[in-house]
Amino acid sequence: MFKKILIANRGEIAVRVIRACHELGIRCSAVYSDVDRTALHVLKADEAYPIGPAAAAESYLDIQKILDVAKRCGADAIHPGYGFLSENAKFARACTDAGVKFIGPAAAAMEMMGSKIRARQEMETAGVPFVPGTSCPLESVRHAKQVAAKIGYPIMLKAVAGGGGKGMRLVSGPKELQTALEAAQSEAQRAFGDGDVYLEKAMLNPRHIEMQVLADEHGNMVYLGERECSIQRRHQKVLEEAPSPLVDPDMRRRMGEGAVRVAKAADYSNAGTVEFLVDSEKNFYFLEMNTRLQVEHPVTELITGLDLVDLQIRIAAGEKLPFRQEDVVIRGHAIECRIYAEDPDNNYFPSPGRITTLLAPAGPGIRLDSGVYEGCAVPIDYDPLLAKLIGHGQNRPQAISRLARALGEYFVAGIKTNLALFQRILADEDFRSGKIDTGYLERILESNRDREGKPEKKEDAAIAAIAAAVFARLDVTSTASNGSTSNHGTGTANASAIASVWKKAARVDALR
Amino acid sequence: MMIYNVTINGAVYRLDLAPDRAAGRWHCQLDGRQLQVDAVLAQPDVLSVLIDGNAYEIRRERVETGLRIWVGHKSYTAEVRDPRSLRGATARADSGKGARQLVAPMPGKVVRFLVAENSQVEVGQGVAVVEAMKMQNEIKSPKKGIVLKLAVAEGAAVNVGDVLAIVE
Repeated sequence: MFKKILIANRGEIAVRVIRACHELGIRCSAVYSDVDRTALHVLKADEAYPIGPAAAAESYLDIQKILDVAKRCGADAIHPGYGFLSENAKFARACTDAGVKFIGPAAAAMEMMGSKIRARQEMETAGVPFVPGTSCPLESVRHAKQVAAKIGYPIMLKAVAGGGGKGMRLVSGPKELQTALEAAQSEAQRAFGDGDVYLEKAMLNPRHIEMQVLADEHGNMVYLGERECSIQRRHQKVLEEAPSPLVDPDMRRRMGEGAVRVAKAADYSNAGTVEFLVDSEKNFYFLEMNTRLQVEHPVTELITGLDLVDLQIRIAAGEKLPFRQEDVVIRGHAIECRIYAEDPDNNYFPSPGRITTLLAPAGPGIRLDSGVYEGCAVPIDYDPLLAKLIGHGQNRPQAISRLARALGEYFVAGIKTNLALFQRILADEDFRSGKIDTGYLERILESNRDREGKPEKKEDAAIAAIAAAVFARLDVTSTASNGSTSNHGTGTANASAIASVWKKAARVDALR
Repeated sequence: MMIYNVTINGAVYRLDLAPDRAAGRWHCQLDGRQLQVDAVLAQPDVLSVLIDGNAYEIRRERVETGLRIWVGHKSYTAEVRDPRSLRGATARADSGKGARQLVAPMPGKVVRFLVAENSQVEVGQGVAVVEAMKMQNEIKSPKKGIVLKLAVAEGAAVNVGDVLAIVE
């Protein structure tokens, strides 16, 4: 087993990996950029090393700096988390060359899955269904028109090297094809340095369901059930659950076996995820394979009772899978909410800043994987994911009730979050009956626009008025006694300083 | 007895509030109705309120536009006015001797300063422009005086409460 693992990441996932290391009795090293000196992962790690300025390209994405730290601190393995360098084959190869074990698949498997075209070609050979389209880059507008006419409009143009919605265009008819193709090609060129574009049949509002696979380095491979990830916005997942309300045991077995065929074709090892698009007739099509630990891995952990990060580390250390496919049993239901620092009143744009108050939920069936604490600053430079709140129950209704209850306990002030959105989703009839697809979230946001401004319970408004006055009165008392509230714990001195600032601001306003 | 005019989601409540001798107890008159309120600060911005046996965990959030009060899942925009202390504050601001700090009311970036160090400013004159989420906000001087110091560089990121400039 490893003696020391370097974690090449930040935020909640770095904390998640630190926890797994500590459970295994492995020392772990964190790395941090200038703005992350007091981030939670630095506080929780055994060792921590600076890797430069806030900009990710000069810190968390700098392969050389991270390998230098690994060498300096004597780490024998690196866990990349998700995002940043996790799917960078060059990094995986550089780790191997430096004699440090990369906790993930081999670089060759990452390269194959990183190119969507190559992945499609492999799927064709492996006999896994994929969305109809081309398995090679488009040569010309004429070529594109021929293929599009054969599979039928609407079609989707996608960058071969793509991701994150860049180089993607939806085309509803032949007239739009030329302009869309040129736009997609130039966008792909700018974003990825590779202008190659291919074409797929566009599925309108499909479901997005993915299958977790796990393979050791001795040829053993299992699937651990699916995750329903249809609730997303701008290609970013917001809420995930396992199992999917749509998938029955037979479909799970067929998808799982398909996913294992995909992974075997890539000679895959460690944890990976095969994504499928699913249409209204329950047909599933291979979309892509993610060669890393997913953000939403906890829902799979809760329903299988397995610890994926622990297993990732054991597999990388050369251990064999300690169970077989028939040992994998799915128990109950789990749902994850991604809590983002986003402003719901401003089109869900990122909302960085300092967290002044944080009340964390707990209790039966609740897991909180968080990367923040009260008083910490959420920098503007990285992904706005603050924490993942996961509810687990014997069945879907119980998971929903527990999650709704926990959301009521959860409170974050100082920055804006999308917490309130989850209360709406969990209370929504379509969600409760499992009627969700990739267009669901946009529809919810539209419909809720109309619902805003509904009258509130009168009694609660009166309670709010009384509380506001008591707060104001207590502010005066604490200012007069010169910061006596600092007995109350962390961040108080700062909070009362801010309070007087606000009071001052309010008075200045009143003067106008 | 302190009198507060509290606006909750646009509706105005008039409150007479006086602390009782027992800690945490308040005599409260809400629009003429007498209430016994038990309200204790559990942690900064978190108030435990007991009224007629009902328990509430009330949370206060400071947002760009003012205050937000949370009762359960629901939040209310709130504004508290205390006529007496306002008058006091006005008097103090006018005769204000000594340095006053200009602070950032929201997290953002200092786009530019509108005045130089050692220059003369009037009450309400713009001193700095702070950008948050693509919105530019002018931060105005609280008093007439000389700009002693510009406390941050143009282009710097600031948090709520960070000092931008000092006016004396």
